[in-house]
Amino acid sequence: MPITQPAPVRKAVVVGGNRIPFARANGAYTETSNLDMLTAALDGLVARFGLADERIGEVAAGAVLKHSRDFNLTREAVLGSALSPETPAYDVQQACATGLETVLSLSDKIKLGRIDSAIAGGVDTTSDAPIVVSEGLRRAVLELSRAKTVQQKLKALSRIRPKDLTPVAPGTAEPRTGLSMGEHQALTTKQWGITREAQDELALASHRNLAAAYERGFFDDLLTPYRGLTRDQNLRPDTTPERMASLKPVFGRHLGAEASMTAGNSTPLTDGASAVLLASEDWAAERDLPVLAEIVDGEAAAVDFVHGKDGLLMAPVFAVPRMLARLGLTLEDFDYFEIHEAFAGTVLAALAAWEDEDFCRERLGLDGAFGKVDRAKLNVNGSSLAAGHPFAATGGRIAATLAKQLHERTRAGDLGRPARGLVSVCAAGGMGVVAVLEGR
Amino acid sequence: MAADKYTQFVSRGWGRDLAKRLGLPQPVELRRHVPDAPLVPGPVLLVGTGEGADAVETALKGWDVEVRRDAGTGRAVPSAAQTAAHDGGKAPSSSGPPERRERLGAIVLALDGIGAPEGLSAPFLAAGAALRSLAPGGRVVTLSRRSSTADEPAVAAARSSVEGALRSLARELRSGATGNGILLAEGVPADAPSALGALRFLLSGRSAFVDGQFLTVGTAKGEVPADPERPLAGKVAVVTGAARGIGAEIARTLARDGAKVVAVDVPAAGDALAKVANDVRGTALQLDITTPDAGERILDHALHRHGGLDIVVHNAGITRDKLLANMDAARWDAVIAVNIAAQLRINEALLASDRFRDGARIVSVASTSGIAGNRGQTNYAASKAGVMGMVRSTAARLAATGGTVNAVAPGFIETDMTARIPFAMREVGRRINSLQQGGQPVDVAEAIAFLASDAAGGISGNVLRVCGQYWMGQ
Repeated sequence: MPITQPAPVRKAVVVGGNRIPFARANGAYTETSNLDMLTAALDGLVARFGLADERIGEVAAGAVLKHSRDFNLTREAVLGSALSPETPAYDVQQACATGLETVLSLSDKIKLGRIDSAIAGGVDTTSDAPIVVSEGLRRAVLELSRAKTVQQKLKALSRIRPKDLTPVAPGTAEPRTGLSMGEHQALTTKQWGITREAQDELALASHRNLAAAYERGFFDDLLTPYRGLTRDQNLRPDTTPERMASLKPVFGRHLGAEASMTAGNSTPLTDGASAVLLASEDWAAERDLPVLAEIVDGEAAAVDFVHGKDGLLMAPVFAVPRMLARLGLTLEDFDYFEIHEAFAGTVLAALAAWEDEDFCRERLGLDGAFGKVDRAKLNVNGSSLAAGHPFAATGGRIAATLAKQLHERTRAGDLGRPARGLVSVCAAGGMGVVAVLEGR
Repeated sequence: MAADKYTQFVSRGWGRDLAKRLGLPQPVELRRHVPDAPLVPGPVLLVGTGEGADAVETALKGWDVEVRRDAGTGRAVPSAAQTAAHDGGKAPSSSGPPERRERLGAIVLALDGIGAPEGLSAPFLAAGAALRSLAPGGRVVTLSRRSSTADEPAVAAARSSVEGALRSLARELRSGATGNGILLAEGVPADAPSALGALRFLLSGRSAFVDGQFLTVGTAKGEVPADPERPLAGKVAVVTGAARGIGAEIARTLARDGAKVVAVDVPAAGDALAKVANDVRGTALQLDITTPDAGERILDHALHRHGGLDIVVHNAGITRDKLLANMDAARWDAVIAVNIAAQLRINEALLASDRFRDGARIVSVASTSGIAGNRGQTNYAASKAGVMGMVRSTAARLAATGGTVNAVAPGFIETDMTARIPFAMREVGRRINSLQQGGQPVDVAEAIAFLASDAAGGISGNVLRVCGQYWMGQ
């Protein structure tokens, strides 16, 4: 008997999302683990869509700062949630792009007919970050475990030096350059001539847009309060340009007067979790579930930041033109842009690069400038500068927020076609993942 | 759902002896609903003759309950009650061999044929003679006709007399036994679905904290549920304020009875709400009920996610207590907005839809404060009395489409809210009722589940108190 071929490619849609409010590091979720937060995000999603006891096709999530005991973090979260324990799960780790990557890879599985439903997500905590022992101690302990005689054991122990006993906390430094993400961005920010004023203005808009979204109840069905937190802890609805301007630079201080990156226009370390319910159209229809948007396409890219060819966080600049060329779209064809605000400078450098004719010709291989992003369409419900950025949770936050925005706009009917949204997330290691969503 | 510490202390061992010697209140753990348990803890003594008595006997036998008949003429006292009419666990003082003492599960008085006050004498005395053999957690239920201005004065007097006698009898019962009554409106047969439904509810553990109350059956509408353990099977129910306390228990109880539950609470309570919704395999709807389109959003959620809406339980409520002299507009207005204005607006929106209107079941949570008043709660009592007014008015509107609307007025219920009352006030609050204890959230939930069921289709415009027969008010 011939093998039955997989079904032809079908559509994958966003049904809805859920996240817990994001907390500042050592804030509301100090005593909370990645597992606790991811489970809470899943349970909120389950409650919103009545999925208790439901066997979901697959759940994928991850954490950037992950303890080795959490090798099966997502599966453990599923087992702790109200979902059917027969729901399989796997962990993904792609730095800050983890969340968006889970959305895209699960969408692909749905499109190929391998699963009908999925939950994509991510979680991160810097408050409950894993602490590891020093390399010296680790080697000595491993050698000790291999030692057979007393003499060998003593020899192994004798290799331990007092400095080896200091634990090592995870940092955001790039292993190959030793520079922190902020220091890398400081170089890019300067290279593209991004001013302090422009960065502060973007940060201010992020806070205002996020606060306005909360005010109009936009997050009522995207967020489930957790541990007494009902809004993102980092949000400052009443912050002013003056207060922004008064902050001292924290990155690129070697640049002296040109240093422009402050705690206000850089994302703070944050704790939080998010989850997105994805499905085939049939699965959603059978359960009378809403369909907010379609996951149209996605693309990953990486840059050679090690040799200084491009900035660490500039990979999305390359990914977007490649993806849009494939789809036959330009920046003008989009109604919403969700560009992850790792730093205000990251977003502004990407916009500047796409408007730069020489860069676009030489580095992107285009005929001229790639195009201009209408700032009125950018991060309209706030982004990471205001909400915070629990690394792996950001992709889920953006996907669900954008899907709902696209749905509302499409239903408004004023465009005469479905609303389109572009997502761009930069990541450590010089990587970036981007995606296109279309409203329903 | 454990009883309070005092109740535990005086329920067993030397604590019980001590309380007895000192004449202290002796609350007992109440008989509550346990799935598949017998309806009553022993045979039922049925006092009275005529249409009502026959209907009750047929129903009881259908529920596998043993029935002892007493014509209620004052002559034929059944042997079971006779031999058991001695207290204190001592052997009967008769000369013959001691018979095995039989405990009655309930006494039902069928008084629907009473035409003059004199007619009450024999049945109540017969019941009285049997009272001492009533089992702990037993029930006394009267079935009589509602008095109205259309009645002959003697008939009206007799019918009203039943209420006074029953309420007093209920105060004499001990050991978790309760006394309640069913009032049939003129023309409603004694075997009407809701008369029998009310009888079953009042006999069962579901009515544990309902005491000294009357349910009025206004019509012969309603249906006996196919499965008495799942009377809400196939129904979609919305419960507001479902994140915690009584609301969470209502959600659990409706789900236990078979309903698909939409748990509604303010977005800020979303964490707890999600747990409740997942526990009951329902859905969570984070919604502030005071938003203008709350009714439309509830209806939209129920229709789209569960394909219909059958039951709405208005439970969400807040307190902002202050003596009126110190009251400000913010406190007053917030309580009115949440506790009554939102309910009115939501009902308006829901009843405009033909997807809900036909056979609609609305149950509101009122409060004994709204009946008897409570110092420092002018705003709250206003809102809760308002709920009762709304229920009566809406009942008339729903009559044509087969819908019902009722209220449940809880007395002192053991919740996080009452746990914050200062110790002495709390102790007094929970003892000043016939059952000498606070009720549990599930007691309120059970009453709501009954009123939301098909069996209660002939009961509308009622305010059922779940207060253990609180000393204040009716």
